[in-house]
Amino acid sequence: MKDTIDSYVTADGRTIGGVMMEMKNITLRFGGVVAIKDISFDIREGEIRAIIGPNGAGKSSMLNVISGFYHPQEGEVWFRGERRPTMKPHNVARQGIARTFQNIALFNGMSVLDNVMTGRLTQMKTGIIAQSLWYGRAQKEEFQNREIVEKIIDFLEIQHIRKTPVGRLPYGLKKRVELARALAAEPKLLLLDEPMAGMNVEEKEDMSRFILDANDEFGTTIALIEHDMGVVMDLSDRVVVMDYGKKIGDGTPEEVRNNQAVIDAYLGVAHD
Amino acid sequence: MIYRESGDYSTTYAQDSQTFPIRFDRYRFYAVVFVAYCIIPFIINDYWASAIFVPFLIYAIAAIGLNILTGFCGQVSLGTGGFMAVGGYSVYKLMTSFPDVNIAIHVLLAGLITAGVGILFGLPSLRIKGFYLAVATLAAQFFLVWLFNRVPWFYNYSASGMINSPERTIFGYIVTGPSTEAWAKYLICLVFLTLCAVLARNMTRGTLGRKWMAIRDMDIAAEIIGVDPLKAKLSAFAISSFFIGIAGALFFAVYLGAAEAGDSFGITKSFLVLFMIIIGGLGSIFGSFAGAAFMVLMPVLLKNVLVGQLGWATDLAAHLEFVIVGALIIIFLIMEPHGLAQLWRLAKEKLRLWPFPH
Ligand SMILES: Nc1ncnc2c1ncn2[C@@H]1O[C@H](COP(=O)(O)OP(=O)(O)OP(=O)(O)O)[C@@H](O)[C@H]1O
Ligand SMILES: [Mg+2]
Repeated sequence: MKDTIDSYVTADGRTIGGVMMEMKNITLRFGGVVAIKDISFDIREGEIRAIIGPNGAGKSSMLNVISGFYHPQEGEVWFRGERRPTMKPHNVARQGIARTFQNIALFNGMSVLDNVMTGRLTQMKTGIIAQSLWYGRAQKEEFQNREIVEKIIDFLEIQHIRKTPVGRLPYGLKKRVELARALAAEPKLLLLDEPMAGMNVEEKEDMSRFILDANDEFGTTIALIEHDMGVVMDLSDRVVVMDYGKKIGDGTPEEVRNNQAVIDAYLGVAHD
Repeated sequence: MIYRESGDYSTTYAQDSQTFPIRFDRYRFYAVVFVAYCIIPFIINDYWASAIFVPFLIYAIAAIGLNILTGFCGQVSLGTGGFMAVGGYSVYKLMTSFPDVNIAIHVLLAGLITAGVGILFGLPSLRIKGFYLAVATLAAQFFLVWLFNRVPWFYNYSASGMINSPERTIFGYIVTGPSTEAWAKYLICLVFLTLCAVLARNMTRGTLGRKWMAIRDMDIAAEIIGVDPLKAKLSAFAISSFFIGIAGALFFAVYLGAAEAGDSFGITKSFLVLFMIIIGGLGSIFGSFAGAAFMVLMPVLLKNVLVGQLGWATDLAAHLEFVIVGALIIIFLIMEPHGLAQLWRLAKEKLRLWPFPH
């Protein structure tokens, strides 16, 4: 079992490190609804970890627990070797965790460039006084961060829409801008909630390429939720399978695909 | 082609982030600054100062302030009049308590005091949004006016309950009190407006501005990129109130000379400034200027044309003013939320293509 060793090298030559994030016995309830039931899993340094499962399985809820929107009633969240106390989302962001949403959550009144620049906010440190004077530290910081943002914009091939207000963009490009904003933060862990939902084949291929490249070039650890099994099999190193708030499978895509419980869940075998 | 953008290429981030990236705009801006500082002060008279220029300059400061809170950060406020009252009464208490300190410092301090009060009344914004926040700021408006009327300490126990602006000087020139000359009133307000506009522009062009706009556009996503909603909203309340406090201080000390909380800083002031930013353009510094100019100029123009030229009754002209403002508010809210500032941009785009529209 891979969990017992510290790091390993994948078939395509990437090095997967030790455990970065560990969820221990997480239970999350909304009133009577149990969205997550006693789930444990980990995310390793440098890997692409997929979370799959039927609709309503609790996948988005799990990402919301990681990013601090939901606070589980039971269980522990460990990040980089430390137990994380209950934390607000903006503090989670400062720890180096960025994400995208299932329903795009961009700032519609701002240009693409400004949206991506907001991704740098956690890195920008000048105070109100320096900013109100602008010339000097604030301007210098702005340009340094602008440079990083322009690299991300080039990387995701959205130079041509740089100055366009995001409200005017088509769906596929919005998803890409949202990824750009998340990557601009240079996160240690990137959470993607259905980054390819509603896309055509070509757009999905582009998005898959960006995700793989981000993982490869920036070394970003990625956890992603995806319904398209083909994409999941291609992209991910390990997969967690959820169904009705429970974990029913965990392993390499190969292992998961042959897991009887997973096959049953996807084929709709009646639950006891 | 009079107006052109081609030929102006940005090759550095500095050029790209300029306030006026297009050379033509930049020259026009310099021209406006030159006229404002080097020509108008020499030709201004009492009528022009008190009917148009001084109110315009002061309301532009207030509009910039409210625009930061409402236009940039998305927090609706109906408390502008109350915050202007804080500025006005603060500067009065400071002027009378420390007569030897320069009035310019008092005005800035009045702004800072108002910023503190703004933070206090901004606290509910962490829990409530939209309509309910508007109602909470309305409560602030009434409370503040009530407070200044009710507690005699604020008006130094004067028998009339009014506050009167004492005479103060800057570089030996009288800038407050009854014997202030038109150009001095104009110039002190112009300097403060310039200062406020530059500060506001700088704060909205970078990190702080993006934090505010992120909260305005989608607060959940703002949190996920690391914006602390508490800090972002309270900083908007503080900075907005700072400007509005300065506007209130100048309004009392330089423009009115004598004030009473309810009359001078009532709810109508709150609405007036709100209308300015809606008509001028939400989320635009230029829009704050345009809206203030419009709301100050229109009644004067209507009065001159309708009453002066056409011989209408004064109250009829005043009613027409309400109708026009009401209609414009509706039109702008429904059709063009970015106000005059956006119309100006569109006009420029058209002009840029003229005379070859394709
Ligand atoms: N804020 C909430 N309040 C109440 N119930 C919630 C909330 N969020 C999620 N749930 C419930 O938790 C369960 C899991 O929802 P979740 O959105 O995590 O599923 P999902 O696996 O992401 O599904 P999908 O594939 O449709 O996105 C559902 O029954 C849902 O109704
Ligand atoms: Mg979901």
